Amino acid sequence: MRRWVRIVFEVTTLTTMVGALYAIFLYAPIEKTMGIIQKIFYFHVSSAFLSFVAFFIVFVASILFLYRRDRKWDILAQSSAEIGVIFCTLVLITGPIWAKPIWNVWWTWDPRLTTTLILWFIYVSYLMLRKMAGEGQRATFTAVFGIIGFINVPITFFAIRIWRTIHPIVIRSSGINITSPMLNTLIITLVAFTLLFFHLLMARMRLERIREGYEEMKALLEEQENR
Amino acid sequence: MNFLNKVRTIVWKDFTHELRSREMLISMCVFSFLVIIIFNFAFPPGVEDVDWIIPGILWVAFIFSGLLGIGRSFGVEKDKGSLQGLLLCPVERGTIYVGKMVGNFIFMSMMEAFTLVIFTILFNVNLFPILIPLVLIIVLGTVGFTVVGTIFSAISANTRARDVMLSMLVFPIAVPLIIASIKATGKILDGKSLSEIYSWLKILVAFDVTFLLVSYLTFHFVVEE
Repeated sequence: MRRWVRIVFEVTTLTTMVGALYAIFLYAPIEKTMGIIQKIFYFHVSSAFLSFVAFFIVFVASILFLYRRDRKWDILAQSSAEIGVIFCTLVLITGPIWAKPIWNVWWTWDPRLTTTLILWFIYVSYLMLRKMAGEGQRATFTAVFGIIGFINVPITFFAIRIWRTIHPIVIRSSGINITSPMLNTLIITLVAFTLLFFHLLMARMRLERIREGYEEMKALLEEQENR
Repeated sequence: MNFLNKVRTIVWKDFTHELRSREMLISMCVFSFLVIIIFNFAFPPGVEDVDWIIPGILWVAFIFSGLLGIGRSFGVEKDKGSLQGLLLCPVERGTIYVGKMVGNFIFMSMMEAFTLVIFTILFNVNLFPILIPLVLIIVLGTVGFTVVGTIFSAISANTRARDVMLSMLVFPIAVPLIIASIKATGKILDGKSLSEIYSWLKILVAFDVTFLLVSYLTFHFVVEE
């Protein structure tokens, strides 16, 4: 039954991804002033959204791990951090590709850009810490860092915001600043990326469990050989 | 013993250790002296427009030298096996954290006072008229830096490549602190009043309070075996 659910989920993810590609390149109109380069916006916004979701999951899973001491929360935090870093890297790659023709520079020290870059550094450090810490303390150390790192994000944003921003603000509290085919495309892409994210997350967690099982078996075998 | 007495005892222990070895304070001061000398070659004083890089030079010296000392605070305990003894003290883990943090803060402040003197002499900048607001900014910035530095020192003492790991943990987290301190110092040097740097001071205070609380609450997870 579980296997069946998984196959349905995977097929849905795949179909939505293809649907999103169709919407981006064939359904959504070409933007008047920016031209074809504007299409990167759909990937950019979706990746940014999911990297925040991923880091929020790291934060919640870290707190739960410290209170419950259950390995599964640590696995969730680690998997989510890894995928979050991938999406965050995508944001940092797609952003400059769009910015070069539009702003005429690859990079500017705007609050959103700088905060995203710092965010990326925090979670790269998080993954480094996981690599460098000893087996026994790895989970607690990264959980503490995952909590501190996430709380730091709004403070960083406010500190950097005191300079003026030039990042386009597409989504305001008053409404959305784009035409409806574009909005539909954005929504489809967001859904597709979210499905992809959870697909990757589950695959990564499964992999971690298999790896753990393998380590346990290896330790058992070694113990028997030593006898 | 109440909380303050316990903290004082831990701070005094670090002080006695430092008085006997004099390792940490001297290395911090010499390092910050060197940083200033190197900046002196990079940006010779007296050259026009040198004023706006002064806060940057000061804070780079403070932060790099401070990190050197903070990294040792738990590194030494771990190497000499005295961390076990410290943890066996009949006090709460949070108290040990505060004691260590206060100790780091005092050592870092001493190094900063020394740096300011050297800086005034070598860069020929008169800091006396703005000393009070400057000290306020430095104290707020140093508190924040030692707050996150102390807990990350406890973490990195147990990892491989300890020093690299400590920098990788502290710097991304300390970004808002560094921005606020450098910007506030720059404005004060420009002759602006305290009310004009109010928003930066707010960020510094928010950073200090938030991370003091979070570190105090999570420290016992870090040191448990």
